[in-house]
Amino acid sequence: MTRLAIALILSFFASLPARAEVQIQEVISPGGITAWLVQEPSIPFTALELRFRGGASLDDPDTRGAINLMTGLLEEGAADLDARAFARTLEGLAASLDYDVGPDSLSVSARFLTENRDEAVALLRASLIEPRFDQDAIDRVREQVLTGLRSDAKDPGKIARSTFNEMAFGDHPYGSNYRGTLDSVAALTRDDMVAAHGKVLARDRLYVGAVGDITPEELGALLDNLLGALPETGAPQPGPADVTIAGGYTVVDFDTPQSVAIFGQLGVEQDDPDFFAARVLNQILGAGGFESRLMTEVREKRGLTYGVYSFLLPRDHAATLQGQVASANDRVAEAVSVIRDEWERAATEGVTPDELNAAKTFVTGAYPLQFSGNGRIAGIMVGMQMLGLPIDYIATRNEKVEAVTLEDVNRVAAELLTPDALHFVVVGQPEGLESTEPNEG
Amino acid sequence: MTRLRGALGAFLLSTVSFTCAAMAQDDAVTTFSLDNGMEVVVVEDNRAPVVQHMLWYRAGSADEPVGSSGVAHFLEHLLFKATDTLEDGEFSAIVAANGGRDNAFTSYDYTAYFQRVAADRLGLMMQMEADRMRNINFTDDNVATERDVILEERNQRTDSNPRALFGEQMNAAQYLNHRYGVPIIGWRHEMETLDRADALGFYDTYYYPNNSILVVSGDVDANEVRALAQEHYGVIPANPDLPERVRSAEPPQTAERRLIYRDPRVAQEYVSRSYLAPERDPGDQRAAAALTLLAEVLGGGQTSYMTEKLQFESQKAVFSGAFYRGVSLDDTTFDVVIVPAPGVSLEEAETAMDETLAQFLVDGVDAEQLDRIKYQLRASQIYARDDVDRIARRYGAALSVGLTVEDVQAWPDVLQSVTTDEIVAAARDVLDLNASVTGWLTRPDTSEVTQ
Repeated sequence: MTRLAIALILSFFASLPARAEVQIQEVISPGGITAWLVQEPSIPFTALELRFRGGASLDDPDTRGAINLMTGLLEEGAADLDARAFARTLEGLAASLDYDVGPDSLSVSARFLTENRDEAVALLRASLIEPRFDQDAIDRVREQVLTGLRSDAKDPGKIARSTFNEMAFGDHPYGSNYRGTLDSVAALTRDDMVAAHGKVLARDRLYVGAVGDITPEELGALLDNLLGALPETGAPQPGPADVTIAGGYTVVDFDTPQSVAIFGQLGVEQDDPDFFAARVLNQILGAGGFESRLMTEVREKRGLTYGVYSFLLPRDHAATLQGQVASANDRVAEAVSVIRDEWERAATEGVTPDELNAAKTFVTGAYPLQFSGNGRIAGIMVGMQMLGLPIDYIATRNEKVEAVTLEDVNRVAAELLTPDALHFVVVGQPEGLESTEPNEG
Repeated sequence: MTRLRGALGAFLLSTVSFTCAAMAQDDAVTTFSLDNGMEVVVVEDNRAPVVQHMLWYRAGSADEPVGSSGVAHFLEHLLFKATDTLEDGEFSAIVAANGGRDNAFTSYDYTAYFQRVAADRLGLMMQMEADRMRNINFTDDNVATERDVILEERNQRTDSNPRALFGEQMNAAQYLNHRYGVPIIGWRHEMETLDRADALGFYDTYYYPNNSILVVSGDVDANEVRALAQEHYGVIPANPDLPERVRSAEPPQTAERRLIYRDPRVAQEYVSRSYLAPERDPGDQRAAAALTLLAEVLGGGQTSYMTEKLQFESQKAVFSGAFYRGVSLDDTTFDVVIVPAPGVSLEEAETAMDETLAQFLVDGVDAEQLDRIKYQLRASQIYARDDVDRIARRYGAALSVGLTVEDVQAWPDVLQSVTTDEIVAAARDVLDLNASVTGWLTRPDTSEVTQ
């Protein structure tokens, strides 16, 4: 009956400076659940990462926020344990169970000692399979969510984020706050919680990574026990989002000394052949620490900000290139102008060979430094599976970066970076900046 | 015993028997000193070819001259500028070109610089860090631009955040005479006047090997670290005139202080209270250990006393908690907070919190809860071995405030030995309104506007 398939793959880094060995095994449990495992017996605990694709984007529009609230309730009572008994039990095991949800997945990050692994897994299982959704817990956690939403409404960064998302993604779930609105959250019922649970927690969208003091056989049995009772399927995934934002400015008035700006445009999908060229380009443009062009021009040369960044955001249903900066109200217009100039300069002039080499050295050199810490490695392995990457990807990834040429980067810069399509949402009282189109309402 | 029910009950009973035989993480730690007085801590973990190199200076914002608040942090920024041999920004560029990341941070009692990089680059990191310990060479232009950057940092961290502004006022009211009452980032009007001479004055007073602690963690060998440290840092002379760290001490605090901070940007009102509290002292950590456990028992999580009373039972709060930070050179604070539930006023919330604190002194500590917390602390020593960089930060911070390696290594056992009676006694001592500040974070009262 043991149909435990184990593919042992030795991955290592061929590129300088660091070589890390990450031995990932694929484990298929007797019940058919696939997991990636790194055995690391030197410390007597295991980190287990579960992710369910779809996350909060599986919400029905009229119960927006249901999946987020449901996620918050998974640790608020299960099986025979009410919220307080659940918390005491968890403390007594010195395990940690973290439940989180976002636009693309619901994640469970668990950490438990070898000496009480069975008990910790039983508690985790109860929370996933038999959550209670007691009304008093619903009301209590609902109030915490509402408190967060009220705070977001007075946070310039959060206002900028939600304004940008609404403009960029419209009616797609990405366009609205997955935590819901004050009204939608207030109206959520216990039935909504049960329905939300059924939408997300299903085996056909499950990805598993484990790192630590556990054998493949033990992990296989653990997974069948932990997840075997989940339903086979849940709600259908949303389709692709149309990125509808056009170039320009949107100013949201808010009384604060420092404006926050979020800017963005269309990006590049993770499976696009140009993804690595775009990754290197963004390293030069704005992803670096102190070395990026944006940081050099906006902070180091002009002192206009404490921090400015750009980042590729390739989500499951839309890829964007975004950035963020904060500057005093009387200086933010200059910061925005410098950013726009840098966008233009990179698009028209490209990058230099020196910049390309420095960026490639950093991107390849930094990669192996990520693989430290059991929980971190478990998370990275789940991310790889969700992207459909092969199990030996870690060994080949840096070659893909090395293969990027100056021609690739400059072609991608010219195609990707479109200053006219770059939209800035600025929250504050920026001097010398006005919306290019009227705000709603 | 009512919590032990049904199917899950069976295994709960066995919880008490878990031993959590925490193998001492000290095994991976080596410490020594160089002849010039520099202390060195090495924490080995050879699982991944990564090293973290940190240099801690025993100089923070509380060591600043009067009138120059923020200069410790300002200098931290300027250390990324030119030295006699490196150009502006070249330090970070070299770290990045080696695939690494670097940064720095400033606190009341210390300033620390660190890089995380491939293990075989440790010597290069030491060479550059040793260089900027004595050879910094920034320009007036650097000073002017970087002063704008720290003002934007203050805008971002503090002035855009009513909770941070409120905290600043709370601290200023708590400390009558000690520099902990001045924000680390500085008061804006003093930051605006910081110049080259201020930064160099601080640098030339404190940035010496005999005022620093080197902490290296990751895939290294202690003997190799010793040789590299000797090569790069060992050649720098000590400062024989390093000033003793004497700060203006707090007088006895004899008056309950209250403040209200109003800001229209406040989304969630709350009540916060800080009490002056003792810190961990070298060779004398027992009082601090009791306060550490008190914070856990009273307001450390979902099963804490305050959470039970205020969130589950009376439902006066959406959140409550207690906090204590024992790693400090001088007197620290013990803090409690309550975020009222809808319809509960700040006054009612404060009353409910005070009643809960008073009742705690009557009820005492639940022994089972304390056992769970102690078990978690033992387990945390196992989990800590998965993150040696964190162990490294713990040593760096502790040694920066005058604790010894022996104090750091004794701390887990001191925590385990604290009794329920000691925790209640610590609560009685620390919860003294005469040494406290109570603050309300609220919105402007529009009903009082008469125009």
